Amino acid sequence: MKSLKAQQHPLSKIAYELEVLDAPVNGVKFADKLSESDLFPLKPTQIDILQINMGKMCNQVCKHCHVDAEPDRKEIMTKETMNQCLNVIKNSTIKTVDLTGGAPEMNPEFRWFIEEIRKISEDIEIIVRCNLTIILANPKYHDLPEFYRKHRLEVVSSLPYFTATKTDSQRGDGVFEKSIKALKMLNDAGYGKEDSELKLNLVYNPSGAFLPAEQSGLENEFKKRLKNGYEIEFNSLFTITNLPISRFLEYLLRSENFDNYMEKLLEAYNPVAAANVMCRNTISVGWDGFLYDCDFNQMLELKVDATSSQHISEWNQKALVEREIILKQHCFGCTAGAGSSCGGATA
Amino acid sequence: MKTYYNPDDLKNFGKIGEFQKPMADKFFEYYGEVFKEGALTAREKSLIALAVAHAIQCPYCIDAYTVDTMEKGCDEEQMMEAVHVAAAIRGGASLVHSTQMMNKVKEISM
Repeated sequence: MKSLKAQQHPLSKIAYELEVLDAPVNGVKFADKLSESDLFPLKPTQIDILQINMGKMCNQVCKHCHVDAEPDRKEIMTKETMNQCLNVIKNSTIKTVDLTGGAPEMNPEFRWFIEEIRKISEDIEIIVRCNLTIILANPKYHDLPEFYRKHRLEVVSSLPYFTATKTDSQRGDGVFEKSIKALKMLNDAGYGKEDSELKLNLVYNPSGAFLPAEQSGLENEFKKRLKNGYEIEFNSLFTITNLPISRFLEYLLRSENFDNYMEKLLEAYNPVAAANVMCRNTISVGWDGFLYDCDFNQMLELKVDATSSQHISEWNQKALVEREIILKQHCFGCTAGAGSSCGGATA
Repeated sequence: MKTYYNPDDLKNFGKIGEFQKPMADKFFEYYGEVFKEGALTAREKSLIALAVAHAIQCPYCIDAYTVDTMEKGCDEEQMMEAVHVAAAIRGGASLVHSTQMMNKVKEISM
């Protein structure tokens, strides 16, 4: 499978993607729903989380990837941009640094960056969104669990299901088996045990055009199946809704599920989830240092609506807190049912 | 092509109250109560509904509870096992009546 970019697919052109996403759903725009909930214009509450995209390079090519990541993507965060991020971490109210990609570990400065964050603060929460298979992809990554442990990183990893068929159909042949091996390595390093401070959280997202299951019930099922089948332990399961952008949007359109899926998201709109959307306390940093309301807006190249603070080098906390969050129809994905965020359900 | 069943009609299920509102309201209230988490989980109830949908061969119910079971985190293997439960009961219901046939045969045979 190739990225949309490598295929030169029409949806790899942001203007076209935005045009598709601009269409009202049954005559309704996302902003209309927020108005009904007295949440429009949507404003931040504070900025607690800095989510940093270390690059679009990844060892996997997942069918639903909103980043359109793959091994041949060249966009990688430079050390200069990382230094600008460090400056913000040092001088702002950031409580959590959330590292994502692609596979963030493939950035050659990944370990240096984490060591520098730890020099600034021993207490700041650092999350790495590890795809698991990277740990086995090359001998130079085999010691990652130990590196995570040493720097007390929280590991958040996608595992769409507790069976190989469903996992491999979404993330590629052999991914389930490798993920299980990587999870065992993380457990061996002390991650995922019930009382351990080394948190290992898994992410479930539906393998198609339907909404995720109720989070706590599915977490129990995952725990039972992974423990009984593979002796694997983890802390929490985050259920995430697939947002209709990039490769998942391409799937929806190709399979003629787009209209029904958008209607489903609209029908499931939950004002409680809307009040708790992650963009209200998060800033997303692109590989090139530009700032966005969330990782999805980043992929749609919708920079924050704060003209004096659109790049990490010009960070202006006041301007960012006072900005209006940019909304499109894909936002319905975060407000459907129990809500969806990088930390799972929100309502 | 005209057919007796139209998938879009499923979306109009909630509108049956247009012709008889009090009964529809009572039905949907009851329906909602039945599928709530209880002594059985919502997931278990959804799998039962999927099996029953196949037993009564209701296309609307099959569509609705295929999506619902997937949204409850079930996989294809679990869903198909539920349908086999329905099939076993349906098949068994026919076969268990063969005892009546056997009785009758014995009654009228020398």
